Amino acid sequence: MLGGTNRPAAILDMKILVCISHVPDTTAKIQFTADGRSLDANGVQFVINPYDEFGLTRALQLNEQLGGTVTAVTVGDAGVEPTLRKALAIGAHDAVRVDAQPTDPMQVARELAAVVSEGGYDVVICGQESIDYNGGIVPSALAELLGWPVVTPCIGFTPEGSRAKASREIDGGKEVLDLALPVVLGAKKGLVEESELRIPNMRGIMAARTKPLTVKAAAGAAAGSAPVSFTKPAGKSAVQMIDANDLDGLVKKLHEEAKVI
Amino acid sequence: MILVFAETWSGQFKKSTFEAVQYAAACASAQGSQAVAVVVGPASAPVESLGAYGAHKVIHLHGPETFETAQHAALIGDLAKELGASLLIVNGTANGRALMGALAVRAEAGVISNVTALPESYNPVRVVRGAFSSKGIEVCESTAGRTVIGLVPNALGAKDSAGSNAAFEDRNVSASARASVVEQQLASGSIALPEAERVVSAGRGMKAPENWGMIEELAQVLGAATACSKPVSDIGWRPHREHVGQTGIQVNPQLYIAVGISGAIQHLAGVSSSKTIVVINSDPEAPFFKAADYGIVGDAFDIVPRLTAALRKHLN
Ligand SMILES: Cc1cc2nc3c(=O)[nH]c(=O)nc-3n(C[C@H](O)[C@H](O)[C@H](O)COP(=O)(O)OP(=O)(O)OC[C@H]3O[C@@H](n4cnc5c(N)ncnc54)[C@H](O)[C@@H]3O)c2cc1C
Ligand SMILES: Nc1ncnc2c1ncn2[C@@H]1O[C@H](COP(=O)(O)O)[C@@H](O)[C@H]1O
Repeated sequence: MLGGTNRPAAILDMKILVCISHVPDTTAKIQFTADGRSLDANGVQFVINPYDEFGLTRALQLNEQLGGTVTAVTVGDAGVEPTLRKALAIGAHDAVRVDAQPTDPMQVARELAAVVSEGGYDVVICGQESIDYNGGIVPSALAELLGWPVVTPCIGFTPEGSRAKASREIDGGKEVLDLALPVVLGAKKGLVEESELRIPNMRGIMAARTKPLTVKAAAGAAAGSAPVSFTKPAGKSAVQMIDANDLDGLVKKLHEEAKVI
Repeated sequence: MILVFAETWSGQFKKSTFEAVQYAAACASAQGSQAVAVVVGPASAPVESLGAYGAHKVIHLHGPETFETAQHAALIGDLAKELGASLLIVNGTANGRALMGALAVRAEAGVISNVTALPESYNPVRVVRGAFSSKGIEVCESTAGRTVIGLVPNALGAKDSAGSNAAFEDRNVSASARASVVEQQLASGSIALPEAERVVSAGRGMKAPENWGMIEELAQVLGAATACSKPVSDIGWRPHREHVGQTGIQVNPQLYIAVGISGAIQHLAGVSSSKTIVVINSDPEAPFFKAADYGIVGDAFDIVPRLTAALRKHLN
């Protein structure tokens, strides 16, 4: 080791795992199957969960500074592979698909924990939430399964040797945490800015075709919950337009009709 | 037995804590069981106030002064196992949301988050939750013997029911933290968005950051939190913590006033469960009007100050 004895061993060659959830595009019209048991994926475009894009971008930035590898992982059937290929096109070095149908965040967390424990990772980056089932569970469940610290929602992450400083959004503000690696993060905008997000270019797309995408058998982790049915929320009744010169009328309606003031 | 996490902020409870305690009490009474509130940390926490919201007992764990996910999960999870809790109730504040997954692992429980109503049944535990960023409603069933229920703040509200007195127990505890807080920055005077009852939100129609004075004034008169659309936070006109929508904070207030926001599907996904929506936009074709309860077509720079004045008159 270089340097004095007090100097923490710097992690060069940082091994990063980015957990990627395969979700309907934010503009997708959400419909459910006739039996109401599941999402009707017909005509739905799937994308990398937006929060995971922030995580993937931070992982690639760290890789450029420190070296090492960035691996993308998704728990899902073969249908998620185009999403993993997109992560490879953006710059991940390799990808793992855990061959299981995700039905519950505890099941997903356990499958991911099995991947992490085989890999010797320094940092695992999730998104703070999947925009499909809006669980927000996987990052801290995964960390607890591993016995690692977790920072979610994470809006800043800077490794300092074998430790790191991470910022976390709290109600009405933020806090900075000091911790020893390894760590699990739940990414949110701020970890990188919107303008830093990377999109695949032609070279990346070509390279992605030959990057390794390994299929791993599921550990067969147990779920803690099961969906029963899905419905669409009742639509709003028609809007009442208020004349711009009758703001007292609006105030009256808010008070007497809506009873919100 | 039902255990509920009674979160504190600088030694105090907020409405979201009372809401969670009340939810636990309602579950307990439906099952003929007991609701136990667990407070972690500050000795100053006014634990007596929880009785009014239906807590049968309050267990005050003295030790950690700040929130750390792993440490809280260990303390509360171990207590849940010791007491044999069937349900663990956590409100979906920033800390609550971080806690749920870790708590479920530590307590050997299943977890269902984003829950918007009392359980439909208890055996098995069946609840209604929001999915697909408010574009869907899911009924979800627990398959575990113990279940963490994560609530959407404000979905039920909290009413002081002047309930009975609670029993109290103090314990000294220790559990190691896996991270330490080295700095905290709180935006002074601002109301946290997830639990705000009223929200005044503004978009690119405000043209420039220096025009936000009138938005802040409107919010102040209403006692509302301020919010913004995503591009407004992306270009740095407003802090990221104000960004609402599918990829920002999801809000659930009684009143949401949107000024100069077009109403893109991703914006609506995070705000459409607001009880009453008022839209102010100069374009009569703005899509947001379709999702609104009340709409005003007009120039924000003319409408907002006059609306503030009208509200001030009414509220005084
Ligand atoms: C993956 C993804 C995720 C996204 N997530 C989110 C999200 O979470 N939240 C979010 O908000 N957006 C999100 N967006 C962006 C979204 O698609 C819209 O671009 C955004 O909401 C538009 O912001 P805006 O309404 O402020 O601006 P604009 O669409 O530019 O609308 C400005 C509005 O102001 C009105 N206006 C102009 N001048 C005046 C005036 N003087 N008085 C009154 N009205 C005026 C205009 O008529 C117009 O309707 C996301 C997009 C993507 C692709
Ligand atoms: N099926 C999955 N495969 C891989 N990662 C996932 C999967 N589902 C969720 N995650 C990760 O966990 C984060 C939070 O998801 P959730 O708890 O489901 O809201 C996501 O942003 C992903 O990083």
